[in-house]
Amino acid sequence: MTLELRNITKQVAGVCHIKPTNLLLKPGHFNVLLGETGSGKTSLIKLMAGLDPVADGEILMDGTNITALSTQKRNISLVHQFFVNYPHMTVFDNIASPLKLAGISGSELQGRVEEAADILQIRPLLARRPQELSGGQQQRTALARAIVKQSKAVFLDEPLANLDFKLREELREQLPVLFAGRGAVVVYATSEPEEALLLGGETALISDGRVSQFGPTSELYHRPNDFTSANVFSDPPINAAQITKTGTTAHLNLETSWELSGEAAALRDGVYQVAVRPNHVAPVQTQTACVPLTGTVLVTELSGSDSSAHFSIGEDVWVSLAHGVHSYEIGAAHPFYLDPSKCFYFAADGQRVA
Amino acid sequence: MARITLSQLRHSYLPRPTGPDDYVLKDIDLDWHNGGAYALLGPSGCGKSTLLNIISGLLEPSEGRIFFDGRDVTELPPEQRNIAQVFQFPVIYDTMSVYNNLAFPLRNRGVDEAVIKDRVTKIAEMLDVTEMLQKPAAGLSPDNKQKISMGRGLVRDDVNVVMFDEPLTVIDPHLKWTLRSKLKELHQKVRATMIYVTHDQTEALTFADQVVVMEDGQIVQIGTPVELFERPTHTFVGHFIGSPGMNILPCTVQNGQALFDGHPVVLEGPIVAGPAEQSGGLTQIGIRPEFITFGETGVPATVRKVADIGRHSVVDTLVGEFIIKVIVEGAAPAQGSAVHLRFDPSKTRLYRDGWIATKEPEAAE
Repeated sequence: MTLELRNITKQVAGVCHIKPTNLLLKPGHFNVLLGETGSGKTSLIKLMAGLDPVADGEILMDGTNITALSTQKRNISLVHQFFVNYPHMTVFDNIASPLKLAGISGSELQGRVEEAADILQIRPLLARRPQELSGGQQQRTALARAIVKQSKAVFLDEPLANLDFKLREELREQLPVLFAGRGAVVVYATSEPEEALLLGGETALISDGRVSQFGPTSELYHRPNDFTSANVFSDPPINAAQITKTGTTAHLNLETSWELSGEAAALRDGVYQVAVRPNHVAPVQTQTACVPLTGTVLVTELSGSDSSAHFSIGEDVWVSLAHGVHSYEIGAAHPFYLDPSKCFYFAADGQRVA
Repeated sequence: MARITLSQLRHSYLPRPTGPDDYVLKDIDLDWHNGGAYALLGPSGCGKSTLLNIISGLLEPSEGRIFFDGRDVTELPPEQRNIAQVFQFPVIYDTMSVYNNLAFPLRNRGVDEAVIKDRVTKIAEMLDVTEMLQKPAAGLSPDNKQKISMGRGLVRDDVNVVMFDEPLTVIDPHLKWTLRSKLKELHQKVRATMIYVTHDQTEALTFADQVVVMEDGQIVQIGTPVELFERPTHTFVGHFIGSPGMNILPCTVQNGQALFDGHPVVLEGPIVAGPAEQSGGLTQIGIRPEFITFGETGVPATVRKVADIGRHSVVDTLVGEFIIKVIVEGAAPAQGSAVHLRFDPSKTRLYRDGWIATKEPEAAE
């Protein structure tokens, strides 16, 4: 099974929503679409699922052109952000509905519904109706319906976005296991960089209706090919500033500079954009995070196990993200340390040059 | 602004509750100081919304009293409690301008227009919405609409408490972070008593000076963000805070020594005597993935899965049938390889029937 997009585009009232897109999606791993709300993830899924017509281009399933086929004929499953179940049916009938449509009945139907319910741990709930379930159980029901069908492609459009944090964590671990070995192409849309990394597989970074980069998820994170890709894959947003390169030195401002090595040192002298992820700007000096930056702390944040601080250097706002609990005094000057070995450098056109 | 006291609150949606399982809130005692930033954190169904509705007066508790500054308000209707609320979905008047939306709660109470102008201008400045004031609210993006909702909650300076009920649910992750920071900043400027209800740990820990963690109608820990992370007093807190949460491993105790899968485990301090040791209650070891390292010696394990999440890797290891998660920065061991796990003793706790049962070592003089 493969799903291939060849130069597909989408237009709404003459405005281009999806720019020419080429993707070859394979089974055996998750294909993640990562981008902010409004970037075009759902639009792309709708095109692939046949819910919206393409303005141009072709969609191929296993090499067969399916561009003109209706959704019903594409043999796909779709799970939305909002839990979609039939309210008047029991959980059993909800899961069974695609099988009934396919003309399956009797013990085969029973067996397949129970198998899907077992995988999603909702077997004790089969006799209930959706409104008697928690959000997580409702979404499990929708997922069970998506897997019972054994379709060729499964589209999961931010399926965990409306669930509790911990439940999201749990289901996110189960999902890849669920689809492993099924041979279907799994497409998963998310707006959270960390979710993409946890799911692994391959990722297409989407920004403004365009795929800025596609490839193995962690490779994209570590080696973005342009500034857009580096930023889409960063939450909080990546730190960016201008530097002037002279010789083998990068000058951020009058106080701050660092020595360049490798590709960066070989660049022609001039002005570049530097970007460094918040986790490579540390609140304490280490062997690698060694270039001091002094900023004024604006805001601090604490997640379960990480601390972040937003600080200003002149006009620019920077973010530092560190393991553990660090305390900062808001409004005070605080030293931060940049790791020069983790910096990305971009030319004026946004392409990464080092 | 007021100090809020909840005394022996219990609530059941059933007319004649019989056992503890019939109560969605089980014995809640809380004291919230004037001007504090508090969060109520817990999963769906833990009772946090019920508690919020009891504070706002939408619901009368089955048992117990609520006091604002020592005054019993248990039977007062919501409109007499003088509370501002911000909900999950923006509540604004689409037909009005942003200015009129912000002015609305004040006009409702007959506040002088000059005072209104002053308050609205100040709040708009704090929220960075000054340039939108004259625009119709209808055309705003969802995050700006929610900002205006927040502004409406904050514009009055005579409320007893401002309550936020999952206010960032509809906001895009990239914008959540600015709004999260904004709320904290607002609290520091306004210094009103604020209660923030959420299931999201980052929102709770970022916003609040003190977090109340709830599970199954009970308060399982009240603490600062540092306390909740460093030393959870209940396994639920260990699991719920942190991502991934604390590893909770079954263990046995023999002569004051904890054993996990046959391996002796050194704990932070001595085990507190309890009935469970005799009665055979459930004992577990709690250790966060951040506090486990790979070494030459330690508990033997095999690497089941490695997830490179960019700034670190989450390594799933297998000891017998148990999965233990380890966070490593830098190089992670390969999938399938044999490793040894070392637990940092000062961060390793014993829990008995869910509650912490090790004594913290005395601080050095």
